[in-house]
Amino acid sequence: MRRGAIVLVVGLLGIIFATIVFNYSERALLPSLAEAYVGLVPRELGAPNVITGILLTYRAFDTLGEVAVLFMVAASIGLLLGARDAERGEAPENDKAEATPSTEIVQNGADMLVPLIAIFAAYIVMHGHLGPGGGFQGGAVMASCILLLVLAKPEFRVKLARLSAIESLAGLLIVLVGIAGIVLAGGFLDNRILPLGEFGAFFSAGAIPILSVLLGAKVGCELSVIIERFRA
Amino acid sequence: MTISTIVLATGLMLILIGVWGMLTHRDILRIIIGFSLMGTGSHIVIIAIGYVANGTAPIIDAGLSLADASSRSVDPIPSALAVTAIVIGFAVTSVMLAYAIRLYEAKKTLSIDAFMDSKW
Repeated sequence: MRRGAIVLVVGLLGIIFATIVFNYSERALLPSLAEAYVGLVPRELGAPNVITGILLTYRAFDTLGEVAVLFMVAASIGLLLGARDAERGEAPENDKAEATPSTEIVQNGADMLVPLIAIFAAYIVMHGHLGPGGGFQGGAVMASCILLLVLAKPEFRVKLARLSAIESLAGLLIVLVGIAGIVLAGGFLDNRILPLGEFGAFFSAGAIPILSVLLGAKVGCELSVIIERFRA
Repeated sequence: MTISTIVLATGLMLILIGVWGMLTHRDILRIIIGFSLMGTGSHIVIIAIGYVANGTAPIIDAGLSLADASSRSVDPIPSALAVTAIVIGFAVTSVMLAYAIRLYEAKKTLSIDAFMDSKW
């Protein structure tokens, strides 16, 4: 009975999806909104990467909301799992004593990889306006670095207070850059508060690189806090 | 059979597998895995519907001049949406996993059959 209902539901969904696939035809031209963005981002904002231009200027308000969602998640995981640590009291100390140290290969491998991953993360954040990359992606790579450290070294502790301070500072600065956009340029989070510079150069596209760095710091800190909370 | 049709079919297939997994399994972790599969499938669908025939990434560089950007690049809006969707998917998954840890501590089991007493 139960299984029959599941097969029915999945089958009907499959029929809907099959009609979507069979009636789908590949676009030959860009829709007009996309065409406007592809033309406007390089000309008005001076950013070669159109997607970053949309994320950090035209729809930067959405990005700010998304960062707020991430902050909320970090806070709610602190609420759900932080109480657990308080109940256990001395438990983290016991965990530390019981945790088997990882082998030398894993520890040395982590020592070698962590700086490389950190450099790669910085590269992704800083080149968000020129090529594939940006604050979210670089922040996630940075958090993978922390995850590697947590897995390879049981004694490694993330400093939650310091991460929260960096994260709050980055969030405040993002909003201040946004307000500077209202005063000096066309609106909230407008990137033209700084000179656009030469198209395709490292220091170009106005405030977009600055926003990328702030976003990368904020996302990296939030994800690291979440990883630390999930430690048993 | 164009490339974006294949990608679209793959994404929809992943959504179906995720729904199937969520409905058939009783283990909370497996339900979360099903949900993640469904989310990944929907990201692939979003990317697939943004593809334009013979398009390339919407990044102006040596391979794509500003003049023919509007005729040779893919739609940038679904890509920007996919970034948002990935971040929100990560957020939802991590909250679900945190609840799974709390539920396991309450009943020492991850089967949803053990959590019937909260029904009204």
